[in-house]
Amino acid sequence: MSHDVELDPHADPHGDLHGHGDVSVDELRLADELPGSGTTATPDIAEYAMRLGDDALILSQQLGWWVAKGPELEEDLALSNIALDLLGHARALLHFAGTASGRSEDDLAFWRDEHEFRNCWLVEQRNGHYGDTIARQFLFSAYQAELYRELQQSTDPTLRAIAGKAEREVRYHLDHSAQWILRFAGGTDESRRRIIISLRDVWPYVDELFVDDELTERLTGAVPRPSSLRAGFDRTVSTVLSEAALEIPQAQPAWAQGRSGIHSTLMGHLLTELQWLPRRHPGASW
Amino acid sequence: MTTLRPADPAAARVWDIAAQVPDPEVPVLTIEDLGVLRSASVGSDGVRVVLTPTYSGCPAIDQMRDDVTSKLREAGYERVEVDYTLSPAWTTDWMSEAGKHKLEEYGIAPPNFRAAGRQGPVLVQMAVKCPRCHSTSTREIARFGSTSCKSLYECTACLEPFDYFKVH
Repeated sequence: MSHDVELDPHADPHGDLHGHGDVSVDELRLADELPGSGTTATPDIAEYAMRLGDDALILSQQLGWWVAKGPELEEDLALSNIALDLLGHARALLHFAGTASGRSEDDLAFWRDEHEFRNCWLVEQRNGHYGDTIARQFLFSAYQAELYRELQQSTDPTLRAIAGKAEREVRYHLDHSAQWILRFAGGTDESRRRIIISLRDVWPYVDELFVDDELTERLTGAVPRPSSLRAGFDRTVSTVLSEAALEIPQAQPAWAQGRSGIHSTLMGHLLTELQWLPRRHPGASW
Repeated sequence: MTTLRPADPAAARVWDIAAQVPDPEVPVLTIEDLGVLRSASVGSDGVRVVLTPTYSGCPAIDQMRDDVTSKLREAGYERVEVDYTLSPAWTTDWMSEAGKHKLEEYGIAPPNFRAAGRQGPVLVQMAVKCPRCHSTSTREIARFGSTSCKSLYECTACLEPFDYFKVH
């Protein structure tokens, strides 16, 4: 905890933006944004929220790359919209995760190193061409739709609230990528050939999303078991793929250990771009 | 959703001032029309207003908070607190009829069915009416438009493009 910070709820917002590890505190009192404001996440719930928040943050960062590079204007807008939704989820989740250790959402996003991130390997995979990005998005949104639907049964009011909001947005993301899977598969021989390869390339990273571990076992009841989300995910994916006359890809699962802070070789490059500005100019704010 | 307006006269006055704040992205709508304004109260330590964001990543919410704060300060309230709540999650079902009418006049097709139609295995398909010529011969050009809450449509009768406020 090298960036401990005490947020004084009565501090003058225009007063001392005192540094903590040279990071300025967001003057917005985010603690008040969430239901049950003032609630502090337990260490376990915080760790869980960090997994979800990191997934959303990294995928948002990846999609942001497409801004002004999309294959057509409408897709440029779609991917930036999806990126913005995911960033919103990441902010809420990381803010909540930070309450356990006195860190802000910015501390968690910009001042953790690679081994402290808890995101899955799927979101680290390359943007590649547009079909690659869509294949990754489709699988991830299909997982998130299940996750956020089930998380609304959580015993934790903050996770429930974030999930309730996120699910509506994720449903649009899923629909968008599913439509593109259908278009690619039914388009030309070339688009069909390439989406098959795209899906096969990201398939090894699916299993990691559904692995139960000690943390999720300890949180049984508070959060859905990852393994329990698999059936719904499989249903969604097989429905869309069979509609597209595509086979479920066959690929060996990758040795993905993102939840323990072990990442693929792509992660360092991602973080370099995500974090360089606040590290180059500590305390800078817009 | 006018039922949210407090019965207590002092709190209702705070509500009415906050209710004048427009959505910075769709200035024809107030935060009351949108259903973003959730509550207003007066306590011993100042006044408190609660807003709910429309979309998780919507940047307009911060502007709305600042606008509510400054409007109330202008009205003489010194201690103003604006909080957010995520629960219950915002839905277009909360948009007032007056708000929908204003949207259409402004050239944006309003949300045209209840959010429940977007759940479950069978999704409802409803015609979106062109806000200019009122034809229902329209088609979606892009699901994601200029802001999180809108899609881009085209009217095949008058050939004009227009925004549609998505059911959420």
